Amino acid sequence: MSFLVDSVIMVTSQVLFFGFGWLFFMRQLFKDYEVRQYVVQVVFSVTFAFSCTMFELIIFEILGALSSSSRYFHWKLNLYVILLVLIFVVPFYIGYFVVSNIRLLQRQRLLFACMVWFTFMYFFWKLGDPFPILSPKHGILSIEQLISRVGVIGVTLMALLSGFGAVNCPYTYMSYFLRNVTVSDILALERRLLQTMDMIVSKKKRIAMTRRQMYQRGEDQNKQTGFWGMIKSVTSTQTSSENLALIQQEVDALEELSRQLFLETVDLQATKERIEYSKTFQGKYFNFLGYFFSIYCVWKIFMATINIVFDRVGKTDPVTRGIEITVNYLGIQFDVKFWSQHISFILVGIIIVTSIRGLLITLTKVQFSSTHQLISFTFP
Amino acid sequence: MASLDRIKVLVLGDSGVGKSSLVHLLCQNQVLGNPSWTVGCSVDVRVHDYKEGTPEEKTFYIELWDVGGSIGSASSVISTRAVFYNSVNGIILVHDLTNKKSSQNLYRWSLEALNKDSSPTGVIVSNGDYDREQFAENPVPLLLIGTKFDQIPDNKRNDVLTRTAFLSEDFNAEEINLDCTNPRYLAAGTSNAVKLSRFFDKVIEKRYFTRDPSQMTGFTDRKRFNFKSLHYD
Repeated sequence: MSFLVDSVIMVTSQVLFFGFGWLFFMRQLFKDYEVRQYVVQVVFSVTFAFSCTMFELIIFEILGALSSSSRYFHWKLNLYVILLVLIFVVPFYIGYFVVSNIRLLQRQRLLFACMVWFTFMYFFWKLGDPFPILSPKHGILSIEQLISRVGVIGVTLMALLSGFGAVNCPYTYMSYFLRNVTVSDILALERRLLQTMDMIVSKKKRIAMTRRQMYQRGEDQNKQTGFWGMIKSVTSTQTSSENLALIQQEVDALEELSRQLFLETVDLQATKERIEYSKTFQGKYFNFLGYFFSIYCVWKIFMATINIVFDRVGKTDPVTRGIEITVNYLGIQFDVKFWSQHISFILVGIIIVTSIRGLLITLTKVQFSSTHQLISFTFP
Repeated sequence: MASLDRIKVLVLGDSGVGKSSLVHLLCQNQVLGNPSWTVGCSVDVRVHDYKEGTPEEKTFYIELWDVGGSIGSASSVISTRAVFYNSVNGIILVHDLTNKKSSQNLYRWSLEALNKDSSPTGVIVSNGDYDREQFAENPVPLLLIGTKFDQIPDNKRNDVLTRTAFLSEDFNAEEINLDCTNPRYLAAGTSNAVKLSRFFDKVIEKRYFTRDPSQMTGFTDRKRFNFKSLHYD
């Protein structure tokens, strides 16, 4: 009976997560586009729902909620579904959509998508070679093979993301790194940008005028036929086409300059806004957090280096050591084991939640900053 | 070339609708072979014969300013973009016929470009805030262009065309639906080409031939009207 109740709870929470993923997809990621292939939205929401359910099961495990047999059942179910989606469904659909957009391969889409998927599986399998995954207990075609490979990729990605986030976060929040930008700087840069645009315009007008003249003259030139006519037309239009090529080169260089100026101006505007933001209360709070966080990151890097150099294995995690030190220093009666587990758990929860939030925010930023065309091409 | 001699037309629209391809087609009469993402603004020049075929025919150079970016960009990008909206003589609004959201964003684009002068904070970015009368008395001529016409399936064509007809009524502008990879749509003699040259003629007329004082006070009245409507909100 309790199994039924537990299952109902799990399914309800899964449906909730699915709905949240769906809404997030529609409102945030695809705010400016129309979704034509609902498969993508469904797969995204399913993956998100099952990942959040796994996280929920871990919390239940620590808290001791729900009966242990139903937790085990749901855990295995979730694991199988997620592995199925991650290894079979998602790579296949990515391959299918990429292949659909290449005109040459349009005919045999399914075949080429399967080929892409087999290539992916080959590299995926090769990934496990340097690691001691294969053991007589498991055999070669078992779920441990898949999980361990997914784990390797996942841990590497998380480490990279955390490292990047750890360095990026203090840089974004600390005001020490902000250059001093005044309104006159921005105005001067904007003036330069507009001057460059004016120069581009005047050169393009010259090109257009020359081309029109060539076209009108070309009408007369075309009347001369035969061998000598061809030679004459080549020599007489030689200079104007050379001129055109020269001006075109100058225009290309100026356009590159205008792009650089535009990006610099955007950068300066962003810095000015950050300066204004850092003067507010929220800004000051985040600035303080930034200092604290950067000290923590530097300390972690230092400790990791020492551990690698001296080949030490860290025995206790920082939270437990911190509490031990506090207890010994302040002499307070404290059940270290009990509280350290809960505090570590809360910290881990915060880290996971902020990394999920950071991941979702990075997803939207990546989408905005560089893949507009890519996504609009993904939907044929 | 004196600065008074310039005719500037903005080409606005969401990212990926085909503005760069359109500008290339209008100016070079050729299809753009390798479209890439526009950073900042790219300008091109179209040679236009004003009042073609009549004895008053005169050649003008019209600058088409293709401003890149999306309506939801960071505020630093929006404030930098505002630098290109000075002294505009005409606006071409481009939307993707296969993507409804790009047409809806056109209201915000037009507000961003037109309200640059009247709002103290620089940009009004709100969806339903446009004012139909503002567009009726608008001194800046607008043209609506829908791209990727060939990619609409035949059964949806009527719905799309009705929707764009409503859009062009809202903006009080003419509309052209085409495919930027096919120069056939703007071939000489087609109704599209006629609408296009009528639009450019209107831009040139507004720029050069309507400078009587009554028109000027009308413009400042409109500005005051904008302020009032802002206060009522």
